Amino acid sequence: MVDKLLRSKKRKGLLTNLLLITMVIVLVIVPLVIAKDAEFGGADDNAKEAITEINSSYEPWFLLIWEPPSTEVASFLFALQAAIGSGILFYCIGYMKGRSKRDDNEL
Amino acid sequence: MKQDKAFLILSLTLILILQPKSAYGMHIMEGFLPPIWSITWGLMALPFVIHGFFSLKKTIDEAPKLKLLIAMAGAFAFLLSALKIPSITGSSSHPTGTGLGAILFGPTIMSVLGMIVLIFQALLLGHGGLTTLGANTFSMAVVGPFVAYAVYVIIRKADGPQWLGVFLAAALGNLSTYTMTSIQLALAFPAELGGFIASLTKFMSIFALTQIPLSISEGILTVLVIKSIASYANVVIPSIQNIDEGA
Repeated sequence: MVDKLLRSKKRKGLLTNLLLITMVIVLVIVPLVIAKDAEFGGADDNAKEAITEINSSYEPWFLLIWEPPSTEVASFLFALQAAIGSGILFYCIGYMKGRSKRDDNEL
Repeated sequence: MKQDKAFLILSLTLILILQPKSAYGMHIMEGFLPPIWSITWGLMALPFVIHGFFSLKKTIDEAPKLKLLIAMAGAFAFLLSALKIPSITGSSSHPTGTGLGAILFGPTIMSVLGMIVLIFQALLLGHGGLTTLGANTFSMAVVGPFVAYAVYVIIRKADGPQWLGVFLAAALGNLSTYTMTSIQLALAFPAELGGFIASLTKFMSIFALTQIPLSISEGILTVLVIKSIASYANVVIPSIQNIDEGA
């Protein structure tokens, strides 16, 4: 009985999680559909434009020490950052899940 | 009257969507804050980072088991700030991921972790910069976490459900970070006509809308992570007990 209750609670949790993940995916896709012709560029170059629009004489007084030589290298480094982050995050979640399962079995 | 208002909002939204502009939904670029502002924001952020450093040390000394969760909070910020996500305005921006740690451990620990992320991005990714590190730390690692923490505490005090507290904390923390960034830019670059307010309106109008879907995403992702922490962590974290009951 308890087992059954636990299982149905687990399933409900899984469903909620799937629903939440779907919402995030929709939030990413919708802009791509709505603003079809947009460039989806980042800040850097356009930010310079807007700042020079306000103050045309402004010159950056310090340059980046190092910049990725191409967008390929930059996207590699961004992907690496995301991979390191999610690697650590999900290692920890898996570790905690395994530990709590083991503790449950010992009881 | 009400219809007029709705029409106005609709047309404004359409104008923003149909005239895509790139947003400032990112950190302030290297060299783009005059020296005086670089120093000012650096000095403003410093006490929070120092407090966070000692708070981090104390937390680890008192409860070494929490190291795992601190690593997760840092990793979450690392992961989310690498994801440049397209938004309805036709430009891309990234979330910050600092709400999670602020909810779990209080805001200043995220000042340290957030600054580490910013240093990594400034040195290796050409994103943000060393001269703007203070300003970016202040917006992403001080204002964001403090707003997130405050929102979470208020909602819990008002007996609001836990998931709602987490969601709003992370989402508003994200929005406040970029609001702070536009305040910083507007202070450094007041318009000739209209001054600070005109510049602020300009910076805000561009990326407030960009950041809205992203902050919703960040809120949802933070709820997901906190849910799994709440069900598997074997240490007591007072701030997130009984999260499942509210969900």
